[in-house]
Amino acid sequence: MSNLRWKLLTTIAVTIIFGAVGVYPIIAAHYGITTPKVLTDRLLKLGLDLKGGVHLVLRVQTDDALRIESETEMERLRELLTTAHINSTGLALTGTDGFKVEGIAPDQDAAFRTAANEVSANYDRDSGTNGTYTFRMKPNVAQSLREEAVVQARQTIERRVNELGVAEPSIAQQGTNGDQILVQLPGVTDVNRAKEIIRSTGLLELKIVEQGPSASKEALTPGGTVPEGMDVVPGVSSGGDAAGSTVYYLVRKAAAVTGRDLRSARPSLDENNRPAVAFTLNSEGAAKFGKITGENIGRALAIILDGKVQSAPRIDSRITSDGRISGSFTQEEVQNLSLILRSGSLPATLTYLEERTIGPSLGADSIRSGVIASAVGLVLIVVFMLVYYRTAGVNATIALLLNLVILLGIMAYMGAVMTLPGIAGFVLTMGIGVDSNVLIFERIKEELEAQRGVRASINAGFSRVFLTLMDTHLAALISAAFLFQFGTGPIRGFAVTLFAGLVSNLFTATFVSKTLFELELSRKSQVTTLSI
Amino acid sequence: MHILNKTNINFMRWRWHAVALSWVVILAGLAVIATRGLPRGIEFAGGTSVIMEFDQTPSDDAVRNALNQHYPGGGSDAIVQSFGDASRRQKMVRVPHVGEESGASLSNTAAAVEQAIKAGNLGNFRVVGTEIVGPAVGKELSQRGLVATVLSLAGLLAYIAFRYQLSFAVGAVVATIHDLLVVLAFLAFFRFDLTLNVIAAILTVTGYSTNDTIVIFDRVRENLRGMRRDSLMDVINVSINQTLGRTVLTAGLTLLSVIALFFFGGEVLRGFAFTMIVGIITGTYSSIFVAAAVVTFWRGLGPTRAAAHAPASTGSVSAGAPQQPTRKARPQRKARAS
Repeated sequence: MSNLRWKLLTTIAVTIIFGAVGVYPIIAAHYGITTPKVLTDRLLKLGLDLKGGVHLVLRVQTDDALRIESETEMERLRELLTTAHINSTGLALTGTDGFKVEGIAPDQDAAFRTAANEVSANYDRDSGTNGTYTFRMKPNVAQSLREEAVVQARQTIERRVNELGVAEPSIAQQGTNGDQILVQLPGVTDVNRAKEIIRSTGLLELKIVEQGPSASKEALTPGGTVPEGMDVVPGVSSGGDAAGSTVYYLVRKAAAVTGRDLRSARPSLDENNRPAVAFTLNSEGAAKFGKITGENIGRALAIILDGKVQSAPRIDSRITSDGRISGSFTQEEVQNLSLILRSGSLPATLTYLEERTIGPSLGADSIRSGVIASAVGLVLIVVFMLVYYRTAGVNATIALLLNLVILLGIMAYMGAVMTLPGIAGFVLTMGIGVDSNVLIFERIKEELEAQRGVRASINAGFSRVFLTLMDTHLAALISAAFLFQFGTGPIRGFAVTLFAGLVSNLFTATFVSKTLFELELSRKSQVTTLSI
Repeated sequence: MHILNKTNINFMRWRWHAVALSWVVILAGLAVIATRGLPRGIEFAGGTSVIMEFDQTPSDDAVRNALNQHYPGGGSDAIVQSFGDASRRQKMVRVPHVGEESGASLSNTAAAVEQAIKAGNLGNFRVVGTEIVGPAVGKELSQRGLVATVLSLAGLLAYIAFRYQLSFAVGAVVATIHDLLVVLAFLAFFRFDLTLNVIAAILTVTGYSTNDTIVIFDRVRENLRGMRRDSLMDVINVSINQTLGRTVLTAGLTLLSVIALFFFGGEVLRGFAFTMIVGIITGTYSSIFVAAAVVTFWRGLGPTRAAAHAPASTGSVSAGAPQQPTRKARPQRKARAS
């Protein structure tokens, strides 16, 4: 008897605990009942497909990160060669992960090698004919650069999304190469703003203008070649007759300061009361900026954002920590831009692989049909079990309901997300859940027909079938595990539901259902028939 | 109440017919897939789908007309259909993806569809959902889906071989592959889109279909111990008959829940529910006709005494079996005493 009492107590305790975690918060939230925070925290979260929101998958173009690295190294080598007075006919990038130097005179070969050793730590160097050298990034260096780029991009996106003020965003790396970033923004409906903000590189560079603005590239590059250490950058003409047309600036390649030197950026107004972004540099940046502006009073300073000159004001005096980016911005653009600058630049460009917007009404429809389907499925199964197994059907029904309570409890406790496929998993769990009961009941019937006693039949039914149930559940768990591995987002929700359902079913079908049988038997002294 | 009680059907006699029937369905399915292909959902094919809710539901043709006139390139490639319950007045337009995966331009197609419908004067509408999938996504998904299925099958093979015998594991896995092919055939016959949800259902079918098979195999193993003089065929027949009521009942009950999903679960889950319905039916069929038949093909039809010399893998069970009476004995005595 005491054995049975323990089993009953366990069953009741499990019901209360899982019910409080999994079911009560849902009811409380629906009817607006005040609930302790411990429980509201456990409210089963809805996936994007049910709640509405934006789902984006981006790919980080990690090649960009390699190219930038190669470019930087090449420029460093160029400087080294210049200081060491080593002549070459040219340095050029070869693809994304390497560069080459051509035309090193044989008598300067040794000097070149000494200079090259300084940059070659991350590069494999090959010497060719006629003084040609190729530098190729070492594979392990390239790999870690790629990984870094993705992590950096993810962190930058996280900062930007946080600045956007989205509640409970989810940002994760995914994909076979790990170069994809999944961004989920529940409740966001302004997709375009979110997309623009996430994707903007946000690379700010301040560079000294050597020449320009000029309406044509050719005017800045006599003989068609860009002078060493210089760059031609496009911009938009801001005044005069040609306002709005593209103009070009010849700027120094080395940036005076970049976005990395920023301490803050905020919307403000320029001298004509047009929207602009004011920025403050950190101390290191301010020192550099002060030095360069002090040396270049009277020249123009190009403010370049993502490779485009926004404005090129004249440097009137030495500037240290504060500056302003003005251009033809709208108020919203200014807000977005300061947000992007505050959150730092992306190490590589991003492309969108997938974007999904689910309106809140669409999600609500899905919830409604999911709930109806669950209710209909439940009623059909319960009616069948009651008609077919009579009293034993009541046991199965209680076990089934408890199974669903535990399932919701496990999901809420784990902080799992309910998705539309998750609802399908919920409905499927009901079907598969009664499977175990049927298996046991049919076995009990067989034992009864073999003229065993009622108690013996029940015990045999449960104990004989237990191993079979372990086998079937483990087999199903194996496929659920691979499903989880395969899936993203909603499909994972399905796999998790299935998984939790299988585990809780093993408990309710064997332990709870048997306890209920024992409870019935304990109330009668002589048992000769069983309603099954 | 009892259905299918004490049946004595000679299932093994029908195994050749079953094999023939299965091949007909599978080959027909493969033929349809080869000629017309499997319709692929947006996750796999790439493209853009826009779901709009109208004040007054326009006809599919009206929507298509608007696309023909105003969508760049016309609407001949577009799929137009009602979405969800008619009372929601929703239409879904799906257009294939144009061009390569390219940054910001991904959403241009969605905007173009919206513009075209606006220009078509079909009354007020709101876009309630969009889905834009670049061409690169589908390839990776198919690959991962295939890997997941293969690994899942390998996992099942290993588990059943460990718990039973290799021949049983081969039987179960062949039955499961059979079910997957039949499910694909029916998806092709009824032109259901291959979506992520359908893949999820297919992977669930692999687990579910093994369930029934394991229950039958479990009984075969139990009977092998008691029926050493009978042929494997007889043992299998008896086992299938003994578990038949249960097999049909559980399949029926799971079907009930999935049918509820099919009719009430909404547009997005319909493909999932259809796949499960087919999967459950073929899973039950293959458990009865295919799995055991494969075991007989694999092992031959001789007397089962050799089989009773269980390989090491069954050791845990035969060790467990003698314990059962002692475990049962106690409550029994207690029951009489009370």
